Amino acid sequence: MFIFALMRLKPWSRAALLGVVVALILMFTTNLHAVSRKRTRWSSKERVLLRSLTLKSLGAIPRDPSNRVADDSTAASFGQLLFFDARLSSTGTVSCATCHMAEKNFQDGRPVGRGVGEGSRRTMPIAGTSRSPWLFWDGRADSQWEQALGPLENPVEHGGDRTQYARLIAVEYRTRYESIFGRLPSLGTLPFRAGPVGDTVRAAAWARIPGARRDEISRVYANIGKAIAAYERRIDFAPARFDRYVEAELASDTLSSPSLFTPDEEAGLRLFIGKASCVNCHNGGLFSDGHFHNTGVAQSRATALPDSGRTSGVLKALAGEFSCTSRYSDATAQDCAELRFAVAEGPELVRAYKPPSLRNVVDRAPYMHAGQLATLDRVLEHYSSAPRAPLGRSELKPLHLSWSERRQIIAFLGTLTGPLTAPPGFLAAPANHTVE
Amino acid sequence: MPAIPFLAATRRIAASKIVAALAVATLFAGCIAAAQSPGELDYSRTRSSEHGIYRGTIIVSGDSIPTGRLQSWTLHLETADGAPVDVATVSVDGGMPQHGHGLPTKPQVKLALGNGNHLVEGMKFNMGGWWVVKFHVNSTAGNDSLVFNLSL
Repeated sequence: MFIFALMRLKPWSRAALLGVVVALILMFTTNLHAVSRKRTRWSSKERVLLRSLTLKSLGAIPRDPSNRVADDSTAASFGQLLFFDARLSSTGTVSCATCHMAEKNFQDGRPVGRGVGEGSRRTMPIAGTSRSPWLFWDGRADSQWEQALGPLENPVEHGGDRTQYARLIAVEYRTRYESIFGRLPSLGTLPFRAGPVGDTVRAAAWARIPGARRDEISRVYANIGKAIAAYERRIDFAPARFDRYVEAELASDTLSSPSLFTPDEEAGLRLFIGKASCVNCHNGGLFSDGHFHNTGVAQSRATALPDSGRTSGVLKALAGEFSCTSRYSDATAQDCAELRFAVAEGPELVRAYKPPSLRNVVDRAPYMHAGQLATLDRVLEHYSSAPRAPLGRSELKPLHLSWSERRQIIAFLGTLTGPLTAPPGFLAAPANHTVE
Repeated sequence: MPAIPFLAATRRIAASKIVAALAVATLFAGCIAAAQSPGELDYSRTRSSEHGIYRGTIIVSGDSIPTGRLQSWTLHLETADGAPVDVATVSVDGGMPQHGHGLPTKPQVKLALGNGNHLVEGMKFNMGGWWVVKFHVNSTAGNDSLVFNLSL
């Protein structure tokens, strides 16, 4: 049929068609050749980039000068007990581990977290957060210990308060606490339920406590956060297949060495660092630049409240009662450079959120800050089409990825799945985690 | 003569359309292959200011500028005829022109180190690519801006 149609074309049309077909065949074979050649050979620039994405590039966990017990193993063990203790809640049913589930990479697989009530943001995983200068999706905390304190008195997360928690420490953990942080203050005449956050009754009770006593209780509260941070800090990523692939690629310069990736995974990696530009924001060993980006994600259905992202997050961080520069911090002002040089205003902050690490991402649906996108297919569809932001301006430009390219990127993301690493016994609830 | 002349004409038109579509596709593929990042920019660490009032040099620790962490630079500032500028108000901004975003931090230049050197604190670059850093300088010599291109 085709030959019949071809024979009926005028000679110039036949010649033009032949020329185009030859050109296409040449392009196709050249690309095929390039792909096969590149399969195990990355350019020197690409090799530098690949190396920067491995865990080895991260080096040691950075110190946290705001938390003097950050590297104290006794504090870390105490923090593990607190992390799994559901008595740190208004109902006695919610612990940190309720949403940060150890068996699910310390997240819960739900669109938004559910504590004593329903939250408005997706539970973030914990591994690797010791390396992040900003915590939470909007970066409203500048340390792991400040982050840990937010949910504890949030009315829909743990829902408890400061005098309740101080009493729990005094009754259940006094010896352990005092061995790490020194003597607990007297709690005798303090109200059982009082704190600056939450309902008006507890806030009023808190306001009636003399300032110096409030400060003592807040210090106990801060120390709870510091112990939990000492525990969380030790939960990190272990090498994934991607890390082993890069190590092998960098060690080998021969075409004959077998690849640790399938052709789809390798093509996905090439798209990730090339055409799809994923590596712009998902860079470094954690596959996150730790900064904040408006990517045009739709408003969450979980809440009717407006969510301005980093716009409000940075203001909360700067005013944070438990920030690096606060009275409860162990840092000097010079240590708090991220806070000091933070961008505090501007249109780029509107609905900008922090890209979480892509390590173990395929096991962590749903995606985005309120679980708006149920699957990685939907995520790739989002990045490919780059919809307008509901507020502010999206940084995305349409990628126009084919179905095949999306599949390849997802295949590559699967190579980032790997185990977590922590001291023995830290990746599960402690054997006896309710009594001292 | 074909049995159905209308169908034969339709086939000829369809074949011509295929030829045209393939030619366009080939050209388009060629255009994509030719797309380049900026290569003609001046990436030197010493630049004259936009109106020629100052010459500035950025001095960083190490051979390359790292991404993903805070860093301090030294900005050496002198007039066009080589006199060091110690007393000046310097502000910093910049960003990635191709991405349309600014710097991830708000760097500050508040400390004069002498001999025209100024401490630049709070520099950070959160991704690789083409960055522009601008120093706006105000001294008795005048107002002018130094613009540096960086390829990270």
